[in-house]
Amino acid sequence: MTGGHAGRQAYTGVPRWLYALAVLAALVVVLPLAAMVARVNWANFIPLVTSGPALAALGLSLRTAAASTALCIVLGVPLAVVLARGRFPLLGLLRAMVLLPLVLPPVVGGIALLYTFGRQGLLGGAIEVLGLQIAFSTTAVVLAQTFVALPFLVVSLEGALRTGGQRYEAVAATLGASPGTVFRRVTLPLVLPGLASGAVLSFARSLGEFGATLTFAGSLQGVTRTLPLEIYLQRETDPDAAVALSLVLVAVAIAVVALAYRRPGGKVRNQQASGERPTTAATPGGALT
Amino acid sequence: MTFSFQAAVDERGFDAALSLGPTDTVAVMGPNGAGKSTLLSVIAGLVRPDRGRAELNGRTLFHLGEGWERWTAPHHRGTALLAQEPLLFPHLTAADNVAFGPRSAGTPRRQAMEQAVRWLDDVEAGDLADRRPAELSGGQAQRVAVARALAADPGLLLLDEPMAALDIHSAPLLRRLLKRVLADRPAIIITHDVLDALMLADRVVILESGRIAEEGPTRQVLQKPRSAFAAGLAGLNFVVGTSAGDGILASRGHIAGHSEDPVPAGRPAVAVFPPSAVSVFLTDAHGSPRNSFAVAITDLEPHGDQVRVRGGGLAADITPAALTDLGLVPGMTVHLVVKAAAVSVYPL
Amino acid sequence: MKRSRKPAAVLPALLLTTALAGCAGGGGTGSNGTLTVFAAASLKSSFTEIAERFEAENPGITVTFSFAGSADLATQLSQGAPADVFASADAGTMAKVQEAGLVHGEPRDFATNTLAITVPPGNPAGIRSFADLGRPGTRLVACAPQVPCGAAAARVADSTGTVLSPVSEENSVTDVLGKVISGEADAGLVYVTDVRSAGTRVEGIPFPEASAAVNPYPAAVLAGSRNEAAAGRFLDLLAGPEGQEVLAADGFGPGPV
Repeated sequence: MTGGHAGRQAYTGVPRWLYALAVLAALVVVLPLAAMVARVNWANFIPLVTSGPALAALGLSLRTAAASTALCIVLGVPLAVVLARGRFPLLGLLRAMVLLPLVLPPVVGGIALLYTFGRQGLLGGAIEVLGLQIAFSTTAVVLAQTFVALPFLVVSLEGALRTGGQRYEAVAATLGASPGTVFRRVTLPLVLPGLASGAVLSFARSLGEFGATLTFAGSLQGVTRTLPLEIYLQRETDPDAAVALSLVLVAVAIAVVALAYRRPGGKVRNQQASGERPTTAATPGGALT
Repeated sequence: MTFSFQAAVDERGFDAALSLGPTDTVAVMGPNGAGKSTLLSVIAGLVRPDRGRAELNGRTLFHLGEGWERWTAPHHRGTALLAQEPLLFPHLTAADNVAFGPRSAGTPRRQAMEQAVRWLDDVEAGDLADRRPAELSGGQAQRVAVARALAADPGLLLLDEPMAALDIHSAPLLRRLLKRVLADRPAIIITHDVLDALMLADRVVILESGRIAEEGPTRQVLQKPRSAFAAGLAGLNFVVGTSAGDGILASRGHIAGHSEDPVPAGRPAVAVFPPSAVSVFLTDAHGSPRNSFAVAITDLEPHGDQVRVRGGGLAADITPAALTDLGLVPGMTVHLVVKAAAVSVYPL
Repeated sequence: MKRSRKPAAVLPALLLTTALAGCAGGGGTGSNGTLTVFAAASLKSSFTEIAERFEAENPGITVTFSFAGSADLATQLSQGAPADVFASADAGTMAKVQEAGLVHGEPRDFATNTLAITVPPGNPAGIRSFADLGRPGTRLVACAPQVPCGAAAARVADSTGTVLSPVSEENSVTDVLGKVISGEADAGLVYVTDVRSAGTRVEGIPFPEASAAVNPYPAAVLAGSRNEAAAGRFLDLLAGPEGQEVLAADGFGPGPV
């Protein structure tokens, strides 16, 4: 009825017109990318993406995204644990604040960072006293990226922490494990898949960060001009280079997203389920097939 | 006393006291929501009571309220918890799971693994040492969980319906195992199964609405239940009233019975009788000394090779042949008749 | 089955076309008395005022503007955006538009702009001259060489032999000004007109070396114009005394007419 391959498939109950709209939705995303790929100047592609400024921008992007991802893990894991497990007033408010960068325009983030870490900013004086300079430095890029990417890690990890683990942690505690041991040997391993996908998403978000960096860090080759900023600049004079670099960024993004969503569903959940429900009737001492 | 406990959790309407000797195993029974799991959670330190005090082997687990504010963290209590689900750490092998307790206590890895293997052997799961929890059946996993709890060398073992999630083949094996390991250590086991209470426990505590409704040696509680729940466990009809003559005066009228020791009139007392002693008639059959209750049948259900007739809060067992002869159907009004000699009366 | 499939496939296509058609409305070129002017962002204040005079002198014609970076406007024009006049902030961009065959007649330079140093109020770093910008430790923010203001800065630096090492090379004068206004930068290199429009939020320091890179602003009637006569009159007004007066008030130099 519904097509050649319907033979053994289970009933799904998706109306046909929904497919049509889904195709339309996919087109909204895919068509512009395809249009961009169509404009790539393949003859010059390799020289364009391997030019000095392009390589400097790509290298800087990868280095800063890696650094901000590390920073997101170091800061985001404790925050996610507190949000998922903590019980104190204003927890909801804290969660809402932490998620703000997800919905804020990045340029707003850049302005906020400027007024925090800038020369005239909230912490500017203290930072200057320490002999550090954050504005116009690679550190500023990492800070901007961390600002926008942290919520991705926190949301992903908090979700993983909420869906499971609390009962395991209680059991671990009654077995004599201190909170530190529970965290290290039970909580973290259980949420590792969630942490991994959160880290990958943070990396991807850092890689694509543009507005906050432009506003807060500036744009200088090899120091603060990441790949998105390089693309923005090349667009002024050399659209071919901009398109070629965009394609590189798209390729990196696809690789990163594919890595994050490699397997739908967690491994942990499966194991938990089979622990609760025996798949075969256990015979005394018998092995499982 | 090895273990003494008294605590109140206002939010859950829980207020109970309990104590155990060095080798006592207490079965905690009661309807759902009676506070059984709360009891274990408070002992294990997972729930903080509003007030109360508990000691285990001379150490204070908590002492709260009336100006006291002492609280021992769960990991310092030595009260290992075994739940209905094994809750083996999915990322660790069976042996690593069992070694978890010793390692948390600071035992070096090699030594902890040796202990783990011994405990696994002890629960007849030595061949499962290298398996991940996902590769274990429910029964196997629960045996490993027992080994893990024991390996932590707990001062008190807490078991929360350990057999409930097991199929009928795995449960007897685990019950035998628990009987052996619980024999010489203090333990509290929550169960719905009267068989567990009889086989594993010295005493039974009946919790109802957060309070202890009844407690005593398992056999005595089952023979002479003083709570509706215990009577239900023992499969006995249970009517509460006040003593009057040789019987009691209940809301459904006077129930004639006999008591071993005379009960002074006007005291709270119960009349207890087995369903097997109850006959079913379509018409009222008088004749002393017997009791007759007119009830509407609510349920008919198979009970062994008999049929259990339920109505008006009472039960009667009759043969399938009698059921056919009488033509019983739910909703029908019948007379449940029991001889006074089959009704025991004792004070509450 | 076959028949029911068709509307399902047509529906999204229909939605798509209506949605796109809705977006396309924007800037229709004026046969009905509308003059559409694509102009560099730095011209916003001057052109708005000049347009008022134009409308007064040409009753029945309404001037509509699209202000943006010159390169962006050029891209839009090459993608077929309908307009009557294009006023660019640099000759290179105009040349590209002309090469693409989008210009009717010859472009005319109607104004010039020169660089100025801009510093935060109070001039905390004590910048006095162009040479000071090359001092070690001076946090200079300039435009990237790929954009006109950056190219001009490079030309001035070359002609004076000053080595500039900006801490940031921005995409636009707006970004440069932003860094100076916030006090992050000690100095910025922008156009005189930008300093003027920033008001009291920055201070401007004119410098003689700027004459090495005088930036002409060309304007042209576009080939796609349906109102060439009015477009020509608008260009005349720009180059005439009235237009020059308004432009000079905003800091523009006279066009080499």
